[in-house]
Amino acid sequence: MRVALFVTCVNDTLFPDTGRAVVRLLRRLGVEADFPRAQTCCGQMHANTGYRDEAVRLARRSVAALRGYDAVVVPSGSCAAMIREQYPGLAGSSGPFADAVAQVVPKTYELTEFLVDVLGVTDVGAYFPHRVTYHPTCHSLRGIHLGDRPLTLLRQVKGLELVPLPGAEECCGFGGTFALKNADVSAAMCADKVRAVLDTGAEVLCAADNSCLMHIGGMLGRQRSGVRVTHLAEILCSTETAGVR
Amino acid sequence: MSVTFLGMPAERPFPRNAARAVRDSQLRFNLRKATRTIRARRASVVAEAPDWAELREAGRAIKEHTLRNLDRYLVRLEEAVTAAGGHVHWAADGDEANRIVAGLVKATGETEVVKVKSMATQEIGLNEALHEQGITAYETDLAELIVQLGDDRPSHILVPAIHRNRAEIREIFAEHMAGWGRPAPGDLTDEPAALAEAARLHLRERFLKTKVAISGANFAIAETGTLVVLESEGNGRMCLTLPRTLISVVGIEKVLPAWRDLEVFLQLLPRSSTGERMNPYTSMWTGAAEGQEFHLVLLDNGRTGVLADEVGRQALRCIRCSACLNVCPVYERTGGHAYGSVYPGPIGAILTPQLRGMGSELDRSLPYASSLCGACYEVCPVAIDIPSVLVDLRARAPHPWPERAGMAAAGWVFERSGRLARLQRAGGRLRRLMPRRLPGPLGGWTDTRDLPEVPKESFRDWWDRTDGGRR
Repeated sequence: MRVALFVTCVNDTLFPDTGRAVVRLLRRLGVEADFPRAQTCCGQMHANTGYRDEAVRLARRSVAALRGYDAVVVPSGSCAAMIREQYPGLAGSSGPFADAVAQVVPKTYELTEFLVDVLGVTDVGAYFPHRVTYHPTCHSLRGIHLGDRPLTLLRQVKGLELVPLPGAEECCGFGGTFALKNADVSAAMCADKVRAVLDTGAEVLCAADNSCLMHIGGMLGRQRSGVRVTHLAEILCSTETAGVR
Repeated sequence: MSVTFLGMPAERPFPRNAARAVRDSQLRFNLRKATRTIRARRASVVAEAPDWAELREAGRAIKEHTLRNLDRYLVRLEEAVTAAGGHVHWAADGDEANRIVAGLVKATGETEVVKVKSMATQEIGLNEALHEQGITAYETDLAELIVQLGDDRPSHILVPAIHRNRAEIREIFAEHMAGWGRPAPGDLTDEPAALAEAARLHLRERFLKTKVAISGANFAIAETGTLVVLESEGNGRMCLTLPRTLISVVGIEKVLPAWRDLEVFLQLLPRSSTGERMNPYTSMWTGAAEGQEFHLVLLDNGRTGVLADEVGRQALRCIRCSACLNVCPVYERTGGHAYGSVYPGPIGAILTPQLRGMGSELDRSLPYASSLCGACYEVCPVAIDIPSVLVDLRARAPHPWPERAGMAAAGWVFERSGRLARLQRAGGRLRRLMPRRLPGPLGGWTDTRDLPEVPKESFRDWWDRTDGGRR
């Protein structure tokens, strides 16, 4: 099986540990992922801010880089949702771009989907002795319907104490450029999310999207709360003998 | 193109209205409590309906079919209403509808009318237009009464006074009821039963002496010419039955082809709106009864233009249940006034810019009044994909130049992976110089949140250096 890692521009640039964790986790499970060097950004920021032409150009680039693989693994529910939900609309009904999109879309998996549905694994042999809570990001939850896959994986992690997050399904207020264009509302939403996280008494907040974690973590950090945020992949990659880094 | 009026003046852009609203702690508390209560009620009555997904699909399909054949069904509705003894009037915009209604009221010789809660008449500013003609319109829905007495604006489709708590309502009643009719009792408390009793006594007097009523309608059945109003209080039923003349102002998208279609919508609407299995009062009337007069004013006011838009026209499926408002994390924190339209919340964010255009700063900002979290789409009983319409409207909105420049720069970087790699390396080298606070519009982030640390090495450079961790 030829597997491509679509690491996403946010992880590539700001959270390389997450990309490294995915590579090592998959290797431990017997999958050698390829990193197609031409990939950059899926185009979601442009599409959702109203820059359709730029989004189309970036979508074209992305499917050109990703086509031909048996599976494309994306450690982001949001970027996976962009490819699966928005690319068909951007590509139109016919032509080479539409063909490429039709080829890539059914093979695109968010990380936990790839682990649970394609590899059929729920116990990835991880060890993470911490109190953890999980925030299901909007696009993971309502976009691509990850369901309980992330929780199923987390429950199998040795040493991990999973605590439920009250109001988990509510948006953290990130929303890409929403956080800048409507900064006051975004911050108000984030403050409520932060309070819910603190109420759990967890040491670590995890999610399938680093962009939302960057948002919530930014406020947790500003408040000197001592709670850290970590992408799900980094927890699943940790073992008794090897951490992430 | 003429500008469609939606009952409220276009003001400052949404983010500025919202910034003021989120600082109002009383408003935040009232909204949080109210939306969460209705949200939980809706969730429980929807969960108990085993065929909810099928009902939702049926609702979507019926509305879609009707909108595709609207010309046919509207003519059929006109024929059926006329055959039953009613009169049908067509209004291209709000002004025309207001003129028609004012003319009909004047023809009766009356100067007072009672009103059933109606979004369409708020949309066209009917009360204000009647006032200019010397006609006083009395709102009889309890929440609308609170809004009218308080010289306030509605902030929710279903619960117009959602921004008020009972202590505020007591004050409004005690102070202003006397100016509109029977005064509130001197010893009025803020107990809900006492407030309801004061409103009941005030309104009963009004019902018994007013000869003309104005309503909207939830549905208009083309097959039979029947109009349908769903409500909770029974005040609507009073207006619909007691006065001699009834005038109903109804948006053209409210038509349903046949009587049996109500089977679907009488289940979808109450469960989605008030979170009830069935609403207390469902009033239906066909034409006019003996000795009474019935007028139906069919209102376009921008709807035909929306119908022409392939993506946006799904907004016309809306049955005004307000489930999307109650579940929206943005609405919960800003309330309805920030949207500057009688249609607030997610549905307002897609309906208002389509009906009114994106000429004002406010209307251009509405498609961005969402984090695209998708909760609205999930609860919509007629499956309006609000996030997709928002994204489509954003693509058509004119963008400010600093943003255009930023987006163009980002697009240029992402166009070549080499450019991205060089930028990442520059960022890695300058990481210690990263400011804690960002300037300009980017400061919205750093006012309340730390920035992430820029790593020394990007993922792609790590991959190249270590051959994907194999070296």
